[in-house]
Amino acid sequence: MVPLNWYIGLSAVIFSLGIIGFLIRRNILIMLMSVELMLNAVNICLVACSHYLQDLRGQVLVVFIITVAAAEAAIGLAILVSLFRNKATVHTDALTEMKG
Amino acid sequence: MDQYTLLPLLPLAAFILNILFGRGIFKDKAHWIAIPAVAGSFVLAMAAFIGVLDGRVVNRDVYTWIVSGNFRVTVGFLIDQLTAIMLIVVTSVSLLVHIYAIGYMHKDKGYYRFFAYLSLFTFSMLMLVMSNNLLQLYFGWEAVGLCSYFLIGFWYEKKSASDAGKKAFIVNRFGDFGFGLGVIMIFLALGSLQYAEIFANVQSLQGRTISLFGYPVELVTVIALLLFCGAVGKSAQLPLHVWLPDAMEGPTPVSALIHAATMVTAGVFMVARFNPLFSMSETAMNTVALTGAITSLFAATIALVQNDIKRIIAYSTISQLGYMFLACGVGAYGAGVFHLFTHAYFKALLFLGAGSVMHAMSGGLDIRSMGGLKKYLPVTYWTFLIASLSIAGVPGLAGFFSKDEILWLAYNAGPVGKIAWMTGTIVAALTAFYSFRLIFLAFHGTFRGTHEQEHHLHESPRAMTVPLVSLAIGAVAAGWIGMPAVLGGSNWIGHFFEPVAGHPPVTATHGEEWMVMGISVASGAAGMLLSWVLYVRNPALPAWLAGRMKGIHTVLLNKYYVDELYDFLIIRPITWAAKNVLSATTDNKIIEGIVNGVPRGIRTIGERLRKLQTGYVQHYGIGMAIGLVVIMALALIAAGK
Repeated sequence: MVPLNWYIGLSAVIFSLGIIGFLIRRNILIMLMSVELMLNAVNICLVACSHYLQDLRGQVLVVFIITVAAAEAAIGLAILVSLFRNKATVHTDALTEMKG
Repeated sequence: MDQYTLLPLLPLAAFILNILFGRGIFKDKAHWIAIPAVAGSFVLAMAAFIGVLDGRVVNRDVYTWIVSGNFRVTVGFLIDQLTAIMLIVVTSVSLLVHIYAIGYMHKDKGYYRFFAYLSLFTFSMLMLVMSNNLLQLYFGWEAVGLCSYFLIGFWYEKKSASDAGKKAFIVNRFGDFGFGLGVIMIFLALGSLQYAEIFANVQSLQGRTISLFGYPVELVTVIALLLFCGAVGKSAQLPLHVWLPDAMEGPTPVSALIHAATMVTAGVFMVARFNPLFSMSETAMNTVALTGAITSLFAATIALVQNDIKRIIAYSTISQLGYMFLACGVGAYGAGVFHLFTHAYFKALLFLGAGSVMHAMSGGLDIRSMGGLKKYLPVTYWTFLIASLSIAGVPGLAGFFSKDEILWLAYNAGPVGKIAWMTGTIVAALTAFYSFRLIFLAFHGTFRGTHEQEHHLHESPRAMTVPLVSLAIGAVAAGWIGMPAVLGGSNWIGHFFEPVAGHPPVTATHGEEWMVMGISVASGAAGMLLSWVLYVRNPALPAWLAGRMKGIHTVLLNKYYVDELYDFLIIRPITWAAKNVLSATTDNKIIEGIVNGVPRGIRTIGERLRKLQTGYVQHYGIGMAIGLVVIMALALIAAGK
């Protein structure tokens, strides 16, 4: 039986990888993947806790998160494609239209 | 609506009709609206006068104007002896001036506007004299001032005319400020603005004092002097006389009606109306008497050397108004108002005569370029002569009786009265001198203007000469109602006024009365004779005299430099302060600083804040991460406690 701590530790490591990847990588594709990583880290944590607490609400929440993540990936990739068509780059340093 | 309400409302109706429809409909027929209205008022005024003669003194409220706590003001009418005489003066002179204006203002493009303003003025003046409370008096007081402003600046395209209008208005503000304070103090002290209640309680002011700059001052003196402030402004007494000579920029009928016969005498009327209050304060009485005496001497000396025909008459008006205040100041209110009554006719006549001369001279005003007009303007000459004889105090004419009454009562009235009497006698001589200087220079001798002007000289139309002749009758006969007992009369007017104005005690003998009369007649005759010697007998003499007394002559010619003094003392510091303090500091620095500083500050903050918006997604991500950490840390700390 794997103790709960391990699950939570794994979740924390994956979440940190996600954050660090999001912050330091300049490729939008990789950054989107990092966001997915963070979401799934949370999912692991939720499922583990759900099992530990014998409460199904955690798993229900996971289903919702997967749905949102799918939608997010679809929209994010669509934006990315049209961005690439206009700018011919996926490097975020070149995408500073929002600079004030 | 009774006849008394109708009396002021007729001219008001004429004003409304003319101002609304004058330009489009009535045009050069505007006088068909204005004249019937003022004629109606005149008839009603006569009826009111006869009513008073029958002993019907009316005091009624027609409308409750303001109610606020115990402050209650009505619109109401008090028709007593004083008002009755004023009604006659106002409506009769107004009627004649309206008729005169048909001829004088003929073909002026503001014809309808002129009649509209004249009607509005008549309404305001009637409200002023008929009022039975102080606030309505104040309303009329300000309204006549407003009409005066409109009419002085009637030819507003002319810079000097619109300036003169503003000057009249602003100078009057000074006086009216005091007057307004006086009204407020009366309400505070007596709790009412209705004449009836004021005069019933006026004795309760006796002995009350208020603290002014730490000194206790008699309350009644303060109130009387504040009210007198208003009179000084309105009636152009020293030191607020400067507006009246400039007001001559207005059309001449206006000078006759407003700046000679009616509005400027409102101050005298007001002092006479408040005689129970003034009589209680010796200081105030002496101030009134001395202001009047000094003003009358001051203005008469200026009139000696002026060359503008209307300005000479204007200074003469100031001088005669001083006479009236002199009378009020020695307690002879009745005599003051009597002089107001006679003065209205001969002075309006002088102005209208001057207007007739201007009409003939194509607007020329300088008496040095006139001369010999007698031949061309016979009606104007004879009526002008009658008015001059009347103002010079020739026995039998109106001016003689009223002036003599004033001098006689001043002679009776203690030391201040004696000073006033002596000043008055000197002024009588000066008055005769400058009046006849004007006659001799303008009407006698040979014409000194251009050929073109000489060719153009003509007598004025009937619309102008008829009022002249009518006023001449007044200038002769208006004084007969006050024929003194020593001349076989009964001084009817003096007794008529007794119920409202009282009658000062007379202690001197008949012999002294003859002496006072003789001296005043002699000084008048001396003035006339001197002007005959100087301007007819030996015309080179005046220039020689002016050369010999160059200093005095220059000072008089420049009107004692009062305008220059005010310019130096008041106008320049104010414009300096406006330019350098208000405009440069307050406006440019403080107000504009706030108005421009606020947006500038917001802009600066915005400039700084926009730096945060780098456009790099990672920066936003770091922001989110840090924010998350901070929120979680706070949540943990909160949970830990």
